[in-house]
Formats: sequence, structure tokens, C-alpha cells
Amino acid sequence: MGQDASRRANQGGRTLYDKVWDAHVVRSYDDGTDLIYIDRHLVHEISSPQAFSGLDMADRPLRRPNAHLAVADHAVPTHSRHLPLPPGQAARQVERLIGNTRKHGIRYIPMNDPRHGIVHVIGPELGFTLPGATLVCGDSHTSTHGAFGALAFGIGSSECECVFATQTLRLRRQKRMRVTVKGALKPGVAVKDVMLALIARIGVGGGVGHAIEFAGPAISAMAMEGRMTLCNMAIEAGARVGMIAPDKVTYDWVFARPLAPQGDNEAAARYAWRALASDADAVFDREVTLDASEIAPQVSWGTTPAETLPVTATIPDPASESDPVRRARMASSLAYMGLRPGMALRDIAIDHVFIGSCTNGRLDDLRGAARIVEGRRVAPGVSAIVVPGSASVRLAAEAEGLHRVFTEAGFEWRAAGCSMCVAMNGDSLKPGERCASTSNRNFEGRQGQGGRTHLMSPEMAAAAAITGRMTDVREMMR
Amino acid sequence: MNSFTTLTALAASLPEAQIDTDVIFPARFLLLPGKAGLGSKLFSERRAQGGFVLDTPPWDKAQIMVTGPDFGTGSSRENAVWALADFGIRCVIGPGIGEIFHANCFRNGILPIILAGAPLARVQAEAEGARAVTIDLPAQHIRLSDGSEITFDIEPHRKRALVEGLDEIGVILKDELAAIEAFEARHRRANPWLFLDDGQLACFDDIGDKP
Repeated sequence: MGQDASRRANQGGRTLYDKVWDAHVVRSYDDGTDLIYIDRHLVHEISSPQAFSGLDMADRPLRRPNAHLAVADHAVPTHSRHLPLPPGQAARQVERLIGNTRKHGIRYIPMNDPRHGIVHVIGPELGFTLPGATLVCGDSHTSTHGAFGALAFGIGSSECECVFATQTLRLRRQKRMRVTVKGALKPGVAVKDVMLALIARIGVGGGVGHAIEFAGPAISAMAMEGRMTLCNMAIEAGARVGMIAPDKVTYDWVFARPLAPQGDNEAAARYAWRALASDADAVFDREVTLDASEIAPQVSWGTTPAETLPVTATIPDPASESDPVRRARMASSLAYMGLRPGMALRDIAIDHVFIGSCTNGRLDDLRGAARIVEGRRVAPGVSAIVVPGSASVRLAAEAEGLHRVFTEAGFEWRAAGCSMCVAMNGDSLKPGERCASTSNRNFEGRQGQGGRTHLMSPEMAAAAAITGRMTDVREMMR
Repeated sequence: MNSFTTLTALAASLPEAQIDTDVIFPARFLLLPGKAGLGSKLFSERRAQGGFVLDTPPWDKAQIMVTGPDFGTGSSRENAVWALADFGIRCVIGPGIGEIFHANCFRNGILPIILAGAPLARVQAEAEGARAVTIDLPAQHIRLSDGSEITFDIEPHRKRALVEGLDEIGVILKDELAAIEAFEARHRRANPWLFLDDGQLACFDDIGDKP
């Protein structure tokens, strides 16, 4: 697959993906794979222990400590953070991370540090994420960083170990897919809705083997937060990589960050980054076009992100699906979710609301939710939490008074972490409970054993919190 | 890593579409240390419901899994592959396999094979009929009980690593260290901002022993 596309790419124009890839090839092999240099690696407590122990067992040094930055985000509680971690597996995992980073000279950001947060939120905040860089993390949502024109992708623990030891990975170049988003978002429609609509269209396997580049006027008009939401969920369409060419919006974000290039390096980086765009004659293996103005607020109804529909729709009937594998899948999704064909999505009542995660835990997301919540109350019987993606998002939101908007409405205002997106930190659903969630996965058990997740935008989750059921946020806009 | 040459074993059929890595290995077990014993948590929720194929003789001894579309999508957790390996699965065959899961398989001595349509259906029939099949990696084919063979594709370097049981990190360090050092020096000259120095990172150095 890759060889033909590579040859073609080498003859004509190159894509953004190819340019960053080409700039990191240490060696090309006869079989078409390349040894790729990895500039940056974000390390967290869940996928790193086995990578560190592999390194130690082989008695290998870590090649370049300054290429890594570590933080505990997945297993840390989002409340009572002034107290020591309760003894147990999570505390031991955090202690192991601290011990491993100290042993190998990697910088670690503690839980109560103002720079703490979810890996995919703090990388960009610190300027650790840069255009044109290769960046990896033992977490599938590493595609997030592609919003800056970085080539960023999630890897397994063994690959983390390989990066620790060699600063490289042997990979085959992927096919290129371009998703062009035209038009402008209508009021009440968020970037999350664009991504959910895309996944519903191409499926959870639609992007497998491809690097997705997002382009078009709707992308240019997006703030960095929205671009990160988009690239974050590239993996939910099966694509390990999502990318957006950097522009003024990107530079305004990056150069204000502590680890960004400064002085002579800033000027040189600005000059170098001008080349980070797909050439006009670049060839993509697949092109998909969406019209943002045609997209309505979306809600997932099943147990894959592709099982998503506009909020105005009704639950589909497996009986009308001709393919037996797909029909069985729909039926099992509906059984798990406790839903019946023909029900209106808007008739589904919820128990919980989760606003946060590396998908939608940034300042713009909290502002969007707060605009809906302001002056209203969380419906009786609904438990609703807001978990900022980082300590810095939390502080910025508090400076704007957003925490008061949420707490006065009856939301809990938590400390940063992965929280209910991964449900391994004390924040989780009980069996059968139903949640309106701004996270990225509605897989079985994702938010707790037997828990039922409906994915949606922060604005839609806020609306659901107020009414206690799925709600078309456009009806609540002022 | 254990080498993989040929394997003759029963295959278990799991045709359900979009089995993600949360279903293969639920997040609440991600804090378990080590890799040994993780097989007991494999498909935990499905197995708790009873009648799951991997608990149903003779497939409780299966070493091959034949899957539905988009198997292993979602989270990058390598624990999903460690659990499969610990259970005894050495080969996963399906029409579409999540990319990170696919890469993780190779790092743990599990052979992932992409196969669709009629050839997949034939392997699936063998699985459901509890007839052992033989995976011949050097020859790149699957031999069915009637002696017929189905060929499959694999990256040459992945094949070599599996057949020889290579430690990929060791291979890179042995063969490519000079190339990596030369690239690094060039890359640093061209993009000095990509190499953070101790001065820039000093802001993280005063943290002490806080968790």
C-alpha cells in the first residue's frame, strides 16, 4: 500500500503528513518501512511501568531524558487532592512513575502542581507540543497533538520502551486521507458534533491505515481547542494520526507557552514552519468532504462512537439492517444500552453528566457549557460534574467565574484528571446508570461496569444536565 | 520474545463486530502490576455472562481467534494483548484489526492476520467445527483440515522478527545506533528548538518528592 503512495508523493506535491515524516527518517528499509525519529514523548502512570521495567530488565539506558515529560492523570482522584493518595493500586502506580522518572532523569509534574493535567491538555499548554515535531504517548488520544501540525500518535507500552531506549520507531508510512470541512457551524453546533458526524459516516474502521488531515474553511475558523477536539477523536475513526496545518491561530497559541522556541529559535521556527502545509498538488488516497452548515447536534446511542445520530432522530431498528453482522452488533448495542428501536433520542433520561476529558476539557469547552448552564439548575436526581482538563484550565475558568456558574447550578467542580472518561480513578457509573458525557468513547463498561454512555458536545451535555434527558441545545439558546 | 514459526491449534470464533480493547481488557484492571495472570481478566464482562466461547470446551484450549470487523479498536492498552497472550492465544485472524492493537501483537509474539471474505469464512467454519488449523508463518499460509491452504500477507520485517523471536529494540541498537546518532546531530542543527535543554526544563526541577 504505502510504497505506491510514497513513490507518488515523492514525484508530485507532498502532504503535511509526508513532510513531517520525511524530516524524521533515520533510515529507509527495502521493505518500505522507515526508522522514524521521535522528538517528544509524554509519559503517564498507566502505560509506562512495563516500559520502564523492560528497560531495566535489559539493563539499557534511557537515550535522551529531555525528550520526555511525565504526569499522572489516568488514575488520580479528582477530589480531595489536598490529601495524600489513599493507599492502594493507584497510589503505588503513581509512586512507581515518580521512582522511574527520577531514576532515568525525566521531569515529572506532581498532582498539585499548577501545570498538572491530562497529558493531551498539558502538552499543548506547556508548548511541549510543537508544529513539525514527532510526538508519541502510550495513549491512543495522542492524535490530539496533530492539531498543531505535529505528527503525533498513540503507541503501546513496548513501543514506549523502544522510544525510551532508541528514540525511534520502525513504521510504515500510512495512506493519506483528507477530511475537508466546508461551511460554517450553525448556532448550538460544536466541533464535537462535526467529529461525531464524521465517525458516523466513515465508521470506527474508516480511518484504519490512514493519517487524516483536516482542512477547509471550517477548520481555519476553529480555535486551537476545537482543532484539538477534532484530532483527538481521529482514533475513534480508526486513524492513529489526525493533523491540521499550522497557521496564525497555531502560532499565537504556541509562542505564548513556556517551552516554546524563544529568541533566535522563535524566528527560525516560524520560518521553518511555513512549509508545514500540504502542497496544492499533493495526492490523498481518500478524500471526504463535510458541510458544517448541514450538521446538527449529535448524540451517540450505541456502544461505538459511530453509532451516533442527530439529537432529533429516533433509535434505529436492527430489523431494517440487511447485513447480519451489523444487525447483530446493533442489537447487542441496544441491549447493553437498554434502548428500544423507534424511541426518540430526546426521550432518553439520564442519571449523570460528565463534562471534561482530553476531548472536551479545555477552557472553550467549559465556556460553551457554562453559557447553557448560567441561571439554570441541574435537574433533580441528576449528578453532574465538571472536570477541567488541567489545573491551568481550572484556574483560568475560575478567573472568569465559570466555577460559580457551574456550582450555583448544582454541578460539582473538580480537580483535573481523566476522571469519568476512563473510570479507573474513583469517578465511575454504577451498572445501568446512564451518562451524558463529553468524553470520546461509549464502549461497554468504559465509564464503569455496566454503565451507559452517550457522547455529545459540552453544550449538549450541559443542556441534558438541566432537563435530565437528551435535549436539543438549540432549544435552550438565548 | 518467543518465536513463532508454525502453530497447529483450534481456533475460537468471535464474529461480533467492533470488539474494542475496553471489552478485551476492562480499564479497572489496568492497575494490576505485571503481565502474568492477566488472562483471567480477558473479556471479563463477556465471560461473566456465561457461555463465552473461550470458556466453552474444546475452545477453552484455542490458541487462535477468528474475529469480526474492527477487532481491537480503541484504547492503546497493551494489556489487551498481554491478556490474550497469557490466556494462550498466539494468532488473531480478522477482516480489520485496530492499528495500535495490531502493532502491539507483534511485540508480544502474537501473529495478527488480516483476512476477509470467503477465505475468512472458511477459517471461521473450521473454528466453529472445532477442527484444528495450521498457521505456517514462514510459508505465509493457513492450512485447513482438508489440506487446502489460504495465503496471507505480512510485513517482511515483522515476519522475520516473529520467526526469529527477535528483540526489536536490541536489533535497532545493534544495527542503527550510528545512524540514529548521525540523524540526531543533523536534526538538532536544523531544528534546535526540538531539543529542550536543562535550562528550559529547570522549571520542573524544584518539585522535590511530591506525588
